[in-house]
Amino acid sequence: MQLMEGEREEILACVKEVLGENSKTNENLIPILQQVQAKLGYLPALAMEKIAEGLDAPAADVYGIATFYNQFRLNPPGKHEVRVCLGTACYMAGGNITLESFERRMEIKEGETTPDRHYSLDRVACVGCCSLAPVVVVDEEVEGKATPTRVDGIMLALEEDRENTGKQESEEGEKSGQN
Amino acid sequence: MSEEITITIDDRQIKTRRGEKLLWAALENDIYIPHLCAIKEEKRPNASCRLCFVEIEGVSRPVTACSREVEEGMAVKTRTPRVDRLVKTGFELLLSDHNLNCRECPANRNCALQVIAKKRRLKLKHNRFKPIEREYELDQSPAEFAFDRSRCVLCGQCIWADRVEAEVGAIGFTNRGIDRVVTTFNNLPLADSICTECKLCVEACPVGALYYKEGQKA
Repeated sequence: MQLMEGEREEILACVKEVLGENSKTNENLIPILQQVQAKLGYLPALAMEKIAEGLDAPAADVYGIATFYNQFRLNPPGKHEVRVCLGTACYMAGGNITLESFERRMEIKEGETTPDRHYSLDRVACVGCCSLAPVVVVDEEVEGKATPTRVDGIMLALEEDRENTGKQESEEGEKSGQN
Repeated sequence: MSEEITITIDDRQIKTRRGEKLLWAALENDIYIPHLCAIKEEKRPNASCRLCFVEIEGVSRPVTACSREVEEGMAVKTRTPRVDRLVKTGFELLLSDHNLNCRECPANRNCALQVIAKKRRLKLKHNRFKPIEREYELDQSPAEFAFDRSRCVLCGQCIWADRVEAEVGAIGFTNRGIDRVVTTFNNLPLADSICTECKLCVEACPVGALYYKEGQKA
């Protein structure tokens, strides 16, 4: 994932701060990862490298821990976060097919974020409304009976927003160019 | 300092040192116990391959020989119905996620799985557990060797070689469950990582996952 402008500095400052607050032992690796993720929203590769340096541990180990636990995400949350439920009821009702439709439409895999950071796609295990299976949570909205046809509808609304954001940004770009 | 003690394995009395793990005591005395992940120098064994089960008199369940220290007067059996069943299942589970195209494998006839199959009369075939179809990454980036994850048994011998022998720290276990693989930081090809291509991991691999490219082995 490409880092955005100024993000590099933000990551370095964050890791430095968290490492300063914790004693640098291997036992503290998970708390450190949690704190960095709480601040940045995800664990960028750069952060993991710096944490490994700080703990004097191989970066491959930090990566191993970060990929082992579901609570850690390696990709930034998108502007719109889509979570597909794959709990028992949703799975039986075709949640995996719903997930696949999102993957196709967004051109990313589960757990990833689009390069423009507009979408991130994740799987969850039960959001507590199994009678609406298969369930998808778009940002904070719960969408029930999210069959592939419904996915098209959800994507239509999200894509519209994406185009508008694109327009706004290019307009802003033009303005700043003029000034 | 190392106090000598006597234990019985399969009705044979053997002498070994206190603090030694059962597996190594047996192997040193030419008593075969299957194993993949065991590393003699490792203080806390992974005990992850689940192949070195034995039964000890007075212990209710079979235990992994690699993690059990010998005790004076211990009576051990390496072959019992319960042990054989556990080893067979463990072996079948390993094979269920293993590329069994032995004929094209560079480790053919020099493979730890083939040894275990021969010694324990187990079949090198998929039967009870059907393999999950998935894509494995083949890393051919290093100059002299390659890494085919479809043949990896996740024993961790390469990681030990990388960490302890080579002191590099380029590779480690990543992900969880069926997705678990040995890979570099951020899943980069080996040549783009901090790997020094010392090839100690290739030497350590008991199967054909890490192998020399054709014509590269001295």
